[in-house]
Amino acid sequence: MSYHGFKSYLPQQDLLGFALLAILLLVIFPLSMDIFRLNLVGKYLTYAFVALGLVLCWGYGGILSLGQGVFFGLGGYCMAMFLKLEASNPEATKIQSTPGIPDFMDWNQLTELPFFWQPFHSLTFTLIAVIVVPSIFAYFIGVAMFKRRVGGVYFAIITQALAAILTILIIGQQGYTGGVNGITDLRTLKGWDIRSDEAKYILYFVNVAILFLCLFAAQYVRKSKLGRLLVAMREREDRVRFSGYDVSNFKIFVFCLGAAFSAIGGAMFTLQVGFMSPSFVGIVPSIEMVIFCAVGGRLSLLGAVYGTLLVNWAKTSFSESFPELWLLAMGGLFIAVVLAFPNGLAGLYQTWVAPRVDKWLANLKTPRPLTTNPLESRS
Amino acid sequence: MFADYSMAELTSIFAMQAFAGLILFSVFVLMALGLAIIFGQMGVINMAHGEFMILGAYITYLTSHIFSEYAQNLFDIYFFVAMILAFIVTFALGALVEWGLIRHLYKRPLDTLLATWGLSLILQQIYRSVFGAREVGVTLPDWLMGSVALSESIEIPINGLFVMGLTLIIAVGVALMMYRSRWGCQVRAVVQNRTMAGAVGINTEKVDRMTFALGCGIAGIAGSAFTMIGSTGPTSGQLYIVDTFLVVVFGGASSLLGTIASAFTISQAQSTMEFFLSGSMAKVLTLLVVVGILMLRPQGLFALKIRR
Repeated sequence: MSYHGFKSYLPQQDLLGFALLAILLLVIFPLSMDIFRLNLVGKYLTYAFVALGLVLCWGYGGILSLGQGVFFGLGGYCMAMFLKLEASNPEATKIQSTPGIPDFMDWNQLTELPFFWQPFHSLTFTLIAVIVVPSIFAYFIGVAMFKRRVGGVYFAIITQALAAILTILIIGQQGYTGGVNGITDLRTLKGWDIRSDEAKYILYFVNVAILFLCLFAAQYVRKSKLGRLLVAMREREDRVRFSGYDVSNFKIFVFCLGAAFSAIGGAMFTLQVGFMSPSFVGIVPSIEMVIFCAVGGRLSLLGAVYGTLLVNWAKTSFSESFPELWLLAMGGLFIAVVLAFPNGLAGLYQTWVAPRVDKWLANLKTPRPLTTNPLESRS
Repeated sequence: MFADYSMAELTSIFAMQAFAGLILFSVFVLMALGLAIIFGQMGVINMAHGEFMILGAYITYLTSHIFSEYAQNLFDIYFFVAMILAFIVTFALGALVEWGLIRHLYKRPLDTLLATWGLSLILQQIYRSVFGAREVGVTLPDWLMGSVALSESIEIPINGLFVMGLTLIIAVGVALMMYRSRWGCQVRAVVQNRTMAGAVGINTEKVDRMTFALGCGIAGIAGSAFTMIGSTGPTSGQLYIVDTFLVVVFGGASSLLGTIASAFTISQAQSTMEFFLSGSMAKVLTLLVVVGILMLRPQGLFALKIRR
């Protein structure tokens, strides 16, 4: 990284891609859509955070986690707990038998706020918790699994089991978590009404800004020595280990990073959609997020964003017109992506479009040799 | 916790819960046996395994309807016909899936997982379109109804006993096939060293297809047995798939004995705890303990001692 400077961090092609995405998200979408549709796009973009984490974990590191919904959910629930506490101040809840606690606790005969809800009165704590809680959780899972060299398929199954456990736990502990309905009826953030159209516009732009921060962070990881090591580990783990690297630490780091991204996505989801429920935690949403990443291209950061937007757009339009066809289409998509285009949209772009763009770029300037890098040529 | 119950009541509670656990154990074993062959022996993750099981259940449901419409006098034995049909259909579908999908992905296990998940979504939607979204149940023949009273407070349902007997027969059958038949010998050879197995003249592609299809066929029988103790809906398979994978992984993926032992441990733990805690907490605790043990001992309970 340091030996090439900015040019190697963001080569011209990537720069162009980032700029195009920025124009699409910041100019074209807000100008061409009403607030309802824009809010929907914002919701999809929160899944893109997860897909981004999966590109690093799965595409680069070769670690397939089927439990990213756990981290998405943890981040989302942290945010929702803060918003719920603000929405259930003593005046708003004075008809309850215990005013000042969230309504679902009152329905479940709880008479005081459980201890783990207490710190969520503070916004600062909440914002820290959104990132730190899922990261610590991911760290523990990572240490337990990767230090013992559990990987691949076993890791996928165990993360999937964790997603199932968390869902059952949230649904079962209705009094503490809101049960199957989740935490609903969220109104204000420090007195600012998040349900107004104006707030939705602002939240959309905040969401896009944070997404770009995460994209830049992911790009940094991808281009740094760590990114190279991840690819090397994915291909020949033993050789990296014999070269003197502690493989498990790199895996733990990238898994935690993916978890943190997902958690940010979850928090932004809660803010934009106004509720959080266990249906975004379990096995099905976790696997769906993997398919967003796979459709976009498991090796492409921008591909993950486009893949998420495209699959979700298809899902919404399909479910509106032919709900019974959606599952068939989704299943077909899984199979087609795996069998026919393992590198997703980004792979198709690389084979068919990228050579032309290169030519065009080269024609724009005085011809100069293209810098190709064998390790990165597939991305 | 125990103070409210008398000694005799406690004994019968434990007996009944243990028996409920045994039925759960049978279902786990039936589902896990198919998976232990596919995942444990071939290393293929079949996320659509639950859907194969449900297919067996739906076939049993159809057969029971056909028998009650056209062959009322043979209704008592419809179940055996249904089981054979379920096996044949799921076996054929399994062979088809292996041919169309799995064989292209042997080198990419994680991709198999995604592709079979896609397959499971498609199958679920097909079931929903054909059989409707509501759960269906079968009518049991008279001789399977009722229960055997062992003492005043301990009663054991006959259909549960039947499922357990069936499980025993199938488990013994699979063990014989794996460890005593020529085919089982070939499967184990292919698993241990594909290239060498091919070199000594085993048709590895054919063995793979047979193995996968047989695993699916056993799932079909499991589904058939499942109709006796529960109703079937398009998404019932998904409920069991995580449990089943955990059973297989917990037991040590390549050991049939391990699979059975872990199915026993998990089901007994879950059903005993279910009585004292809520059902969801019992499940959470069981799964957490299993995941915890797997973190300490990733190779599972019964591991083959081989270097990787």
